[in-house]
Amino acid sequence: MSRRPRVLALSSTGGHWVQLLRLAPAFDGCELHYATTVAESRDQALAAARARNQPAPGFHLFTDANRWQKLRLLRQALELAAILLRVRPHVLVTTGAAPGYVAIRLGRLLGARTVWIDSVANVEELSLTGQLAGPHAHLWLTQWPELARPGGPQFLGSVLGGPAA
Amino acid sequence: MIFFTIGTHEPFDRMVRAVDAWAATSGADVFGQIPEPGASGYRPRHFPFVARLAPAAYAAKVEAADFLVAHAGMGSIITALQHGKPILVMPRRGHLRETRNDHQWATASRLRAVPGITVAADETELPRLLDDLVARGGTAPAPLSPWAEPRLLEALAAFIHQR
Repeated sequence: MSRRPRVLALSSTGGHWVQLLRLAPAFDGCELHYATTVAESRDQALAAARARNQPAPGFHLFTDANRWQKLRLLRQALELAAILLRVRPHVLVTTGAAPGYVAIRLGRLLGARTVWIDSVANVEELSLTGQLAGPHAHLWLTQWPELARPGGPQFLGSVLGGPAA
Repeated sequence: MIFFTIGTHEPFDRMVRAVDAWAATSGADVFGQIPEPGASGYRPRHFPFVARLAPAAYAAKVEAADFLVAHAGMGSIITALQHGKPILVMPRRGHLRETRNDHQWATASRLRAVPGITVAADETELPRLLDDLVARGGTAPAPLSPWAEPRLLEALAAFIHQR
C-alpha cells in the first residue's frame, strides 16, 4: 500500500478499552485514531503509541450510555457518526461493547472494512452484542477457540499475550 | 494497601459488604474504587473509596497495592497481571442480576489455574481467602506483556494492510 491505512480503534471504557490498547502493535505504520468515552484515556493511547515509537494517534470522545438511557443512546449514535465522518477510516477495529456494534453498522455504510473482536471475558458464549455485530463485520473474531465456528467467529489468538519479554 | 475495585459500571453490594465486614475485623488497609452506590446502595464504612479513578491514578493504586481484590472483570484482571500483582476475584452472578449473564463466573473458572489469580466463589469464601493472602503475601503472577498474542497482532495487521 502506497498510503498508510487510516485505522479507527474504538471501544467502551473498562475491560473493552484495556483489551483495545493491547492491540497497538497491529496498528504500527497506520494513521491511527482512537475513540472511547473517557477523556483521561487519551494519556493511555498516547503512551501505547510512544511505546511503539509511533506518532501520536488521534483521539475522539463519545458519550457513554447504557441500554436504558434512550436519549443518551441517540446522542451516542450521532457522535459515533460524526467521528466516522471526520476520520473516514479505511479500517474500523472494535472490542465492543454496544457502541462497537453501532460503529460497525455506520462504518460499513461509509465503506470501511470492519473488525469485531469479542471480549476475552466471553468464555462460554459470545456476547449478545457480538452475536449482533459479528455477521456485519468483515473480520469476526472470538478469543476462545471453543467458540469459533464456520459461518461464525474465527479464533486467531487472544489479547492475553505471553509473559513480558 | 489492598486495592479493591468492582469496575466503574454497576454496583456489586454483595462483594462490597463482604470486603467492608472483613476490613472491620481484620483492620487491613483497603482502598476502594466503587461506583456511586446511590440512595439504596451499600456504602462501605471501614475503608475509603472513590467512584472512579482516572487511568493514571488507577495505575498508581495498582502499583502501590500488595494485591488486588476485584469483581471478575477482564479490565481488573489484565491490569493486575500487567503489574505483576496477585489478584483475588469474586464473580458477579447473572441470576442475582449483578451483571447481565454469568460470563464472570465462566471467566473466573477458566482463569483460576493462572498463578497469581485466586477465585472466591462467593462472599462466604472471601474472608478466609483474604486472610490467606494477607498472611502469605500471595503469589505474584508472571508479568504479562503489554501486548496481545503475536499471532493475533499479525493476523490483524495482515487484514489492515490487505487490499
